[in-house]
Amino acid sequence: MLGVLSAVGVAALLLFGLILSPPDVAQADSVRLFYIHVPSAIVGLYLAFGVTCLGSIIHLRNGSVFWDLLAGAAAEIGVVFAGFTLVTGMLWGRPTWGVYWQWDPRLTSTSLSFLLFLGYLAVRRLDLDPAVRSKRAAILGIIGFLNLIIVRQSVQWWRSLHQGSTLNPVDAQIDGLMLFSFFLGLIALTSVFFWLLLHRFRVAWMEHQIEAASVTTALAARRSEAADYDGLAGNT
Amino acid sequence: MLRDAWLIASKDLRVEWSSKVLTGQVLPFGVLVLILFGFGISPDRRVVEAPERAVLEQVAPGLFWMAVLLSALLALGRSFAIESVDGNLDALKLTGLDPAGIFLGKGLAVWLELVALEVVLGAGAFLLYGAPLGHPGLLAVTVAATTTSVAAAGTLYAALASGLRVRDTLVPLLVLPVLAPVLLGATLATEAALFGPAGDGWPWAGFLGAFALLYLGAGILSFGPLLEET
Repeated sequence: MLGVLSAVGVAALLLFGLILSPPDVAQADSVRLFYIHVPSAIVGLYLAFGVTCLGSIIHLRNGSVFWDLLAGAAAEIGVVFAGFTLVTGMLWGRPTWGVYWQWDPRLTSTSLSFLLFLGYLAVRRLDLDPAVRSKRAAILGIIGFLNLIIVRQSVQWWRSLHQGSTLNPVDAQIDGLMLFSFFLGLIALTSVFFWLLLHRFRVAWMEHQIEAASVTTALAARRSEAADYDGLAGNT
Repeated sequence: MLRDAWLIASKDLRVEWSSKVLTGQVLPFGVLVLILFGFGISPDRRVVEAPERAVLEQVAPGLFWMAVLLSALLALGRSFAIESVDGNLDALKLTGLDPAGIFLGKGLAVWLELVALEVVLGAGAFLLYGAPLGHPGLLAVTVAATTTSVAAAGTLYAALASGLRVRDTLVPLLVLPVLAPVLLGATLATEAALFGPAGDGWPWAGFLGAFALLYLGAGILSFGPLLEET
């Protein structure tokens, strides 16, 4: 259901973004990158890492495995979206600014946020007792999200003290069809995010079940062995 | 809590005093970084808009804080390396000291070590890069707030990675993106303190102070769950 919605949404986004919406007066066709660039930034940085933060808070409060796994799944997808944002941002920068990398406040802070959550994922992959790992990851998930906001604000402030705000693509005279394509992109990518989240979470949940089941099986096997041994001991 | 903090801090400082790792290894490393920056940015290069000034002098604040940050990573690693041998971390939990006190104590020890490091590196940067000192008051506030930020956030993340085999590689990955805004603020505030006007630096000093308080709070709140685990 969500998969179908995502597929339809992305197809419609391609149609509107690439064919139906007009090229921009100043930026020509490169403006089309914004229909995926801006939505993936919003979805990746705020929605995905927001879910990670929320999941981490709930996990710390009641130790819920569900929310812990959900937080991890959201962070993984968020990192992918953030990486995608960086790549599309640089592709846009080349024809617009003439260089791939400009020390633009948003580009800079997005790259830092990307690295911040790579660190979170590194902690999630540690070879540790799952309960300990989840707790450490949860603390990191909460502080990480707070830090994401600090990073964005400080970088914004840093650049704004030096130069005027970089040219703003979504200004007042935006074409109706362009605005529509942008919102379509936001809806389509949000749907893609939840669809990926659902599947990534399902895999994580099944992994967790298998781990739990294998411990139970091993325990049962050891118990029956012990029972056999007791039985033998009783016979002699 | 404060009494516990003082116990932990004085223990850490005594360990440092007798092992001399900080003075014998971390400090020379910081000086080395300062000299290597001079190689990376040629000392002869001049600022285009102001040819009488060397580029090295102009970027001295940023280079100084980079050297401090890199040395701080070593000091932080050291702060928890001494706890991870011989099951010291378990012993620390068994002492029944307040976790918030343990956090503050370890942070305080790192803070004092970093201030000592900054005095030496600051003198080194002054000698090597040659920069005027316009506003000592702003500089002092900046140094205090930045060091508190680095010590608080660093101690929290170093504790998060403590007891792991990958600790040495994980701590820089966790700490550096977090301290990026601190480096930014410290560099700009120090630039204002050296070259003026001081008015440009005070908002950043305020930002650094807020960051330091935030991470002190985060550390005090989360050290309990962090230590109680397993």
